[in-house]
Amino acid sequence: MLSTSTTRIAAFTTAVIAFAAMSGSALAQKKYDTGANDTEIKVGNIMPYSGPASAYGVIGKTEDAYFKMINDKGGINGRKVNFVTYDDGYSPPKAVEQVRKLVESDEVLVVFNPLGTPSNTAIQKYLNSKKVPQLFVATGATKWNDAKNFPWTIGWQPSYQSEAQIYAKWLMKEKPGAKVAILYQNDDFGKDYLKGTKDGFGDKAASSIIMEESYEVSEPTIDSHIVKIKAANPDVLLIYTTPKFGAQTIKKTAELGWKPLQIITNVSASVGSVMAPAGFENAQGVLSAAYAKDGADSQWNNDPGMKKWIEFLDKYMPGADKTDGSLVYGYGAAQTLAKVLEMCGDDLTRANVMKQAASLKDFTPDTLLPGVKINTSATDFAPIAQLQMQRFKGQKWELFGETISGDIATE
Amino acid sequence: MSAAEDVVTEAPAVEAVPKRAMTLGLGTSLVVLAALCLAPLFVKNFIIFQMTMLLIYALAVLALNILTGGSGQFSLGQSAFYAVGAYTSAILMEHANMNYALTLPIAGVICFAFGFIFGQPALRLSGVYLALATFALATAMPQLLKLGFFEHWTGGVQGLVVTKPDAPFGLPMSQDMWLYYFTLAVSIGIYIASVNLLKSRSGRAFMAIRDNEIAASAMGVDVALYKTLAFGVSAGITGVAGGLGAIAVQFVAPDGYTITLAISLFLGMVVGGVGWLPGSIVGSAFIIFVPNIAEGISKGLSGAVFGVLLFLVIFLVPHGARQVAMIAQGLIAKLKN
Repeated sequence: MLSTSTTRIAAFTTAVIAFAAMSGSALAQKKYDTGANDTEIKVGNIMPYSGPASAYGVIGKTEDAYFKMINDKGGINGRKVNFVTYDDGYSPPKAVEQVRKLVESDEVLVVFNPLGTPSNTAIQKYLNSKKVPQLFVATGATKWNDAKNFPWTIGWQPSYQSEAQIYAKWLMKEKPGAKVAILYQNDDFGKDYLKGTKDGFGDKAASSIIMEESYEVSEPTIDSHIVKIKAANPDVLLIYTTPKFGAQTIKKTAELGWKPLQIITNVSASVGSVMAPAGFENAQGVLSAAYAKDGADSQWNNDPGMKKWIEFLDKYMPGADKTDGSLVYGYGAAQTLAKVLEMCGDDLTRANVMKQAASLKDFTPDTLLPGVKINTSATDFAPIAQLQMQRFKGQKWELFGETISGDIATE
Repeated sequence: MSAAEDVVTEAPAVEAVPKRAMTLGLGTSLVVLAALCLAPLFVKNFIIFQMTMLLIYALAVLALNILTGGSGQFSLGQSAFYAVGAYTSAILMEHANMNYALTLPIAGVICFAFGFIFGQPALRLSGVYLALATFALATAMPQLLKLGFFEHWTGGVQGLVVTKPDAPFGLPMSQDMWLYYFTLAVSIGIYIASVNLLKSRSGRAFMAIRDNEIAASAMGVDVALYKTLAFGVSAGITGVAGGLGAIAVQFVAPDGYTITLAISLFLGMVVGGVGWLPGSIVGSAFIIFVPNIAEGISKGLSGAVFGVLLFLVIFLVPHGARQVAMIAQGLIAKLKN
């Protein structure tokens, strides 16, 4: 008799304890969607590891290494990050296949930093209909900042239009009344810049911009366009080109003995692939804008952020080429994701990840320029919107002035 | 003809394939068909999507197989026809609001015309020279699609987003599954038509040209007509495959149709067995899944791993899936005895 009641009491107590434990966990509000649990967060990614844009594959490798570092340090809120990355070869059909594999077969929580405008366009509709976050896409097109129509897609780097607006703002302040000529590539990349510049000048656009000259990517050389622009005699030349044509433009203007104020896009600001081929003596005084620190620049040797970056590279990516901008980019993007996942706490649902990604306040990854801060809100899906002007001097870029903001949304 | 010319024209000669060896037996065909029909009922949507892509690429490989295995002409320009088909479907669906199923025959007809016209200058070229001429077509296509002149329709570099069709008549199946069965029906239709084409008078004319052009013309075959016709048929089927591809992927952009695609299709044909139509699906599986397997083995060296796998296939079974099938057939025959 006694033994039976003891058993009963024991069973009752166990039940009570079990119930308490359950409600305890309910009180802590651990919420998960597919791809997250008590020990792991699954993050998906696609990158062009092969194909025409394979140079960018370093970004994926850097992010992979970054999450290894995070996991070695104990993970995010005690959970390890499982970074699954696939090759899309910069081909939209392959991107769709790989992203569907990530979502339906690997069952990731989010798709993070997929690279390339065509690939991202191809997967945007699918991810939004599946309500899977397409976080911090690696492209500069402006259309990613569209919270109303695509609430599951958010950008990361400054858009081409923001950058162009910054040039226009700077010119209006520093060179009021200057006659401006624009050379742009005749595709969405060039047209984004063109639109940004006009928006930046506002009602002064018509009087300031005296010439818009476009070229096709298929043209072998753009010398004739430069000669034509010189004939109009502008004071400022805005160079909205890809690297090869950027180098040609700087070289040709020097050959013509023409010295307008030249501003070149951040895309073509590479010292190795643009400034050196154009000739350092020809490139003196050329302006551009930047948002990230240059790993090859000695001025950051004592910068605490870049010290962490170098430490990370030495341990997790030994032998990496520190002049490669992709290492800086991948580190910054991965750090942003880590911050968002940390902010999510124990509520790892896709909706909450999106909510947290859209509530970053003055976040500064280690590799961004001082003063460049990541800010997002429910209507602002353009995380980085600030850049700082820089001038080419000797064999490297020198930053000057304040950071300028060019926050814009797509209509 | 000089010795040097001889070598060049002889080099890519395709081994003659007897007519009955171009297809599978009835029993085997039915088993494969049953597997293709039933498999989607047991797998996830993502696998169904991959199987749809498998069929689509199989169609494109089949088209190349008719051209190379049938009439003995080479093409590295199939990606261009695929792109034209894809864009035709996408533009008709998005700008003219046409039903997706109706866009496919139009894509096929436009590509047939395109291939037929391209076949005219190609008549003067043979072997590696023809391969190079078609190669030029493949490299030119992505840039042509980006031209500002067409941008209003093609969407330029941005490409076009295509709406995926729902299952009709309120059928209780997912979009992926419906599209799979739709693609399967189209593929079976085209496969049967292709087999019949190669068994017909025209098919015999193709093969006669492949085996010996001079002998064929002596027998009264209009060499010029049949060569261009082969190009047209091949381009037409590739165009239908392209249209289906656009609907399945829901997106077309110039970067999806580069020379890499043309080379993949060529690879698929060789791996599947030149001139063996059922091999097309094996070749298609090779170009879809082997890169994924290679990536699984090593991310950094995926290209090298793929190369090694490809090398092994070519070295061990130079006639591709056809050879494997023949060996299997031989073994089964032995067991029966």
